Amino acid sequence: MAVLKSPEELEKLRQEILSGRDPDKSCISVCAGAGCLASGVSEVIAAFKSEIEKQTLKADVDIKGTGCPGFCERGPVVVIYPEEICYLQVTPNDVPEIVSQTLKEKKVIDRLLYVDATSGAKAIHEYDIPFYKNQERNVICNNIKIDSKSIDDYLAIGGYSALTKVLSRMSGEEVVEEIKRSGLRGRGGAGFPTGKKWEGSRNDPEKTKYVIVNADEGDPGAFMDRALLEGNPHSILEGLIIGGFAIGAGEGYVYVRQEYPLAVVNISLAIMQARKYGLLGKNIIGTGFDFDVQVHQGAGAFVCGESTALMTALEGRVGEPRPKYVRSNIKGLWDKPSVLNNVETWANVPLIINNGAVWFTQIGTEGSKGTKIFSLVGKITNTGLVEIPMGMTLKDIIYKIGGGIPGGKKFKAVQTGGPSGGCIPEEQLDLEVGFDELTRAGSMMGSGGMIVMDEDTCMVDVARYFINFLTDESCGKCLPCREGLRQMNKILTKITEGKGKEGDIGLLEALSEAATEASLCALGKSAPNPFLSTLRYFRDEYEAHIREKRCPALYCKELIRYYIDPEKCRACLICLKKCPVDAIDGGKKKIHIIDQDKCTNCGTCFEVCPAHFAAVKKISGVPLPAPVPEEERIIT
Amino acid sequence: MNEIVLQIDGKEVKAREGMTILEAAQSAGMSIPRLCYHEKLIPFGGCRLCIVEAGSGSSVKLIVSCVYTVEENLMVRTRSEKIDRIRKTLLELLLAHAPGSPELQVLAKEYGADKDRFEKEASFCIHCGLCVRYCAEVKKLNAVGFVDRGVRKEICFIPEIASRECSKCMECFPLCPTSYLQAAYVLTEALAFSGSSSGSPSKNR
Amino acid sequence: MMYKKNTEKLTMDIERINQIIDKHQAEPGSLIQVLLEIQSENHWLPKEALKMVSEKLQVPLTRVQHIATFYKAFSLVPKGRHEIHICVGTACHVRGAKRVLEKVEDLTGIKSGETDQDLKFSLETVNCLGCCALGPVIEINGKTHGKISTTETADVLKSYM
Repeated sequence: MAVLKSPEELEKLRQEILSGRDPDKSCISVCAGAGCLASGVSEVIAAFKSEIEKQTLKADVDIKGTGCPGFCERGPVVVIYPEEICYLQVTPNDVPEIVSQTLKEKKVIDRLLYVDATSGAKAIHEYDIPFYKNQERNVICNNIKIDSKSIDDYLAIGGYSALTKVLSRMSGEEVVEEIKRSGLRGRGGAGFPTGKKWEGSRNDPEKTKYVIVNADEGDPGAFMDRALLEGNPHSILEGLIIGGFAIGAGEGYVYVRQEYPLAVVNISLAIMQARKYGLLGKNIIGTGFDFDVQVHQGAGAFVCGESTALMTALEGRVGEPRPKYVRSNIKGLWDKPSVLNNVETWANVPLIINNGAVWFTQIGTEGSKGTKIFSLVGKITNTGLVEIPMGMTLKDIIYKIGGGIPGGKKFKAVQTGGPSGGCIPEEQLDLEVGFDELTRAGSMMGSGGMIVMDEDTCMVDVARYFINFLTDESCGKCLPCREGLRQMNKILTKITEGKGKEGDIGLLEALSEAATEASLCALGKSAPNPFLSTLRYFRDEYEAHIREKRCPALYCKELIRYYIDPEKCRACLICLKKCPVDAIDGGKKKIHIIDQDKCTNCGTCFEVCPAHFAAVKKISGVPLPAPVPEEERIIT
Repeated sequence: MNEIVLQIDGKEVKAREGMTILEAAQSAGMSIPRLCYHEKLIPFGGCRLCIVEAGSGSSVKLIVSCVYTVEENLMVRTRSEKIDRIRKTLLELLLAHAPGSPELQVLAKEYGADKDRFEKEASFCIHCGLCVRYCAEVKKLNAVGFVDRGVRKEICFIPEIASRECSKCMECFPLCPTSYLQAAYVLTEALAFSGSSSGSPSKNR
Repeated sequence: MMYKKNTEKLTMDIERINQIIDKHQAEPGSLIQVLLEIQSENHWLPKEALKMVSEKLQVPLTRVQHIATFYKAFSLVPKGRHEIHICVGTACHVRGAKRVLEKVEDLTGIKSGETDQDLKFSLETVNCLGCCALGPVIEINGKTHGKISTTETADVLKSYM
């Protein structure tokens, strides 16, 4: 494959690839993202390959492992083109039937289709499934269509056409203007206007500049960037090269967390492929623009997702953030102007160039343009990645797309913005999602994690969890964060253990002020948010823990007791046998009783008691009922 | 170099371009509390005690004066209800580690900090970083460094370098506000210098 | 394996470490990448490796040491044959990761961050593996198990015992 020497040669190659492909040819696209891989999709792909071989269909059917389409709850996900029939939770055992029924006889297999939990309606096509139907999947839509390891697949769907447009028909200044006009705001957390950031770097007289992809997606619960980088690495690369051209940078970096080995592999491969085609390196497609990219792996530090810490890590140092009095787009990596943007931000760039800034401004709200990918996880029926236009309400996301709360449980809160964000309660569900709206509600957009919580979630524990997380991840350089979080962690842990006392909330608030006002970086400054937002909306839970030693959600281990309801126990012996410390006394037809002195609160009995008995209960803040007298323990 | 005129606590202060607010204040005889600052070292911005308010009206913000460079006409206030309240909390966090430090006790008295507000912590290092930075930037020996991060961060001597260099230098010792440094050195010397009872094997054993 | 384990001591392939350093042109900025490669092949970073990297990259040993302890990908002690990672990210936490962790600690006898005496198991908690839709998630030797209950955890672990 010769290096492409002009935009015309690129277009010629694209046409060659397209003409070699039959759009009506059957193609089995199987999600090969990290989530489905964990659900055993490698075996499914292998089964398809061998079945196709067996049925001598190799010439008529393509099979490809693709990027993540986002419906992770129901993986492995298989979409059959050109009909776009979507099968969910496919196992290797389903494969022979799919090949013979759907591919050969064009019949749909009902049991593999999506079924709506309430109406019972089935959806045949991907675009009929409510999870997908209500989304606006501009950025992530291509994942299921391409083999993530194929540059030709990317070219076939129009890839690198934005780059050729930029390099042959636009100036760097024009590109910056277009991004500014689009209103694109950073998708990594802070929501800083991307065009403004680029402009600052472009206008700096310094000759050496850098562009950086922040793929250190550290917010627990967020995996949008993983899906994009693994699934469609060329889209991010294309955005990065355009950005480099726009600001005048000759070098780019992709900083990927090492917990995403598949993303590291796929982006490294994409870079090699792009170099081979002359889309990276010297004189890119003959336009005179020199630009190349390096991949750096993270080494397990959440703080390196902070832009100045990331740059410090790129310099081979510990990820300690720097003061932002001089912004990093002026003095960043090696003190040079550096534009650092999130994976999703970069992925939006080719779309804006191809479709125009005006197109982008027509999606979303006044202050938040475009779409945002959220990872909808936690206590939700349809977990996965959802891409929605800014302005959609939380209620629609959670219920229309997410399918509501499973198990008949009641919604309690939705946590957004990762450890820097906050919890939003039921009364705010009509909130239209946007950067400023979420901040006003006491949370923030963050990178897009959206963790749904139900009545069984203890909000004090949520605050403790995040503070504990940040205590582990704080770089430790500045006092208010390191010591403030240390003490907050201690106090919150004590509260969840029933050792809270009056005055604790006041102390937590004082520590929150110190951290918010005086910390060095955004990690410390936003660290108190989970505590402050849960205090704002769920103060009663804090007071119950402190004053009554009661956990209203029946979660905090030290504040609950497990109790077997003698009215409901049918003495089936299941919990008795499963108890790891033999704390349950009973027998066949003899009502079981938990010996509270032996019980370690592991919760196994609660987990294994058959649902139609539901005899094991959790009790908190009230004394245990008196034990059943021996004579009444026998079931007749 | 250009002269910059700014206001600190209502007083006009003349400073050179590139000076930090802390340096400018010091040159005008005004004091701002600080623990991690040293005139021979690159500003660290770790203790945050030197926070001041800058700006006026709706654009007032808290900044760290040892790092922030002077700007023409900047209006700075070194004390306010908010600043004092935060400094008090910061001191109390430090006192949980080193209630016996003379430097901390002086500051505690000024800001009404209560050494018992927070539960005591085991280590009396307050992470000002003066020892590590002095050894790296001034002596260029790197005999002592930081390890780990967050609440587990500590200083750690490199026994091979420390055993060779420290006894003839010891310039960092008087810098430590809590004497933790000396204690750490003595412990390292006892445990890890070659020839020590449990250090690397030496010919004398 | 880069190190040969015998009953007396661990020895290391110095040549291999030199190769890794040279591959990155001994640039100080590549320090973390170099250590990641050594960690990946050797499963831990012996002090001798830190010293070599410090000398060849012309970086103070204090900085190498700080990096080797600051970042959780590195281990200064040998790891067990089976590396267990338990995700304690928010989505997994909300779905009961704590109980899974307790179960694993119970069955292996070690706590997070530890390795057992026989160098059989190493246990680490991870702050999100990116498989949030499948919580709770545990990873053993790179193989991910999603939607795992405490009872299933016991079964999976037993297969490694």
